[in-house]
Amino acid sequence: MSLASDGAELSRPLGPAFARAEPSLAGVEDYLALLKPRVMSLVVFTALVGLLVAPGHVHPVIGFTALLCIAIGAGASGALNMWYDADIDAVMTRTARRPIPAGRVQPGEALAFGTTLAVFSVAVFGVLVSWFAAALLAFTIFFYVFVYTMWLKRLTPQNIVIGGAAGALPPVVGWAAVTGDISLAPVLMFLIIFLWTPPHFWALSLLKSDDYARAGVPMLPVVAGLDETRRQILIYTLVLAPVGLAPSFFGFAGYLYGAVALACGAMMLILAWRVYRDRTGQAAVSAARKLFAFSLLYVFALFAALLADNLLTRLGYGL
Amino acid sequence: MSGNDNGIVLTEEQKRRRRARSIAIALSLGVLVILFYVVTLVKGPAVLIRPL
Repeated sequence: MSLASDGAELSRPLGPAFARAEPSLAGVEDYLALLKPRVMSLVVFTALVGLLVAPGHVHPVIGFTALLCIAIGAGASGALNMWYDADIDAVMTRTARRPIPAGRVQPGEALAFGTTLAVFSVAVFGVLVSWFAAALLAFTIFFYVFVYTMWLKRLTPQNIVIGGAAGALPPVVGWAAVTGDISLAPVLMFLIIFLWTPPHFWALSLLKSDDYARAGVPMLPVVAGLDETRRQILIYTLVLAPVGLAPSFFGFAGYLYGAVALACGAMMLILAWRVYRDRTGQAAVSAARKLFAFSLLYVFALFAALLADNLLTRLGYGL
Repeated sequence: MSGNDNGIVLTEEQKRRRRARSIAIALSLGVLVILFYVVTLVKGPAVLIRPL
């Protein structure tokens, strides 16, 4: 087809199908929901900690710009995830009211929204802050959208184990925005979130395994059964607890962080053990629910302690 | 354009939501402009130095 005929095609009046197209019903709140604000809050917080504990100085405006770009990049990932997963979101009770399955946002609108935000977040990050950190952010978005959402999620029960790398990268991006490189400390922060993701998500999937089975998502409880999931949760938590202490062992954090990591790690182990032990009835549901709820607190508590410990050390009150 | 058979006539709710979306886009662009302006002031001539 020649360019001239392309022009002719484009200049033709819109057909009746277009004339009958429904105008968008999407409100601003629907677009905000596409950004997965609750996931974004964890991303922004861990990235903030990565940025603040990194050695060196960053101007507050540049730091704010970095965080804004990381938040928008995370939101873009969420929107693109919702665009691709609209079919499975529609059959799961937890996600059926999301903007696309609910019919308030058209899939194409979500795709355009997510793509635009992804490109802008990386470009602005590169131009205003650092191209190295921007490349890491681009990789994070790529990993979440293409590797986790499009490839692994519907393929393997290891989906959230490998895909968890995307959620673990924000503190590394925050660190890189200041230092321009990656060292042991951000790798430890990455490992904490990476190892925390499986027990966190599998506790939820124990509660929602019927949903995942109906949607055809091969989550571990669906593929390997509830007992195997409980065993895996315990194994990952046994690895997570000592890794949570690693920043203190390697001298990257002091006793304050070590005490918080020890207490929270012990609590995670107790709750994971209860999930492993209580396999039937209300006790099983309660154990999974408690582990899921505490796992959220765990990651926030550890990163808050890391930040507090670092600030105290910088002020000369390090423990 | 008058509301006839060939055009799309928006309901009041659709008009309200379109207006809200337009305002949100305008605000986002405004924030982006202000961000570039402030970062330029903060960095000064170094704004052209973009380390990898």
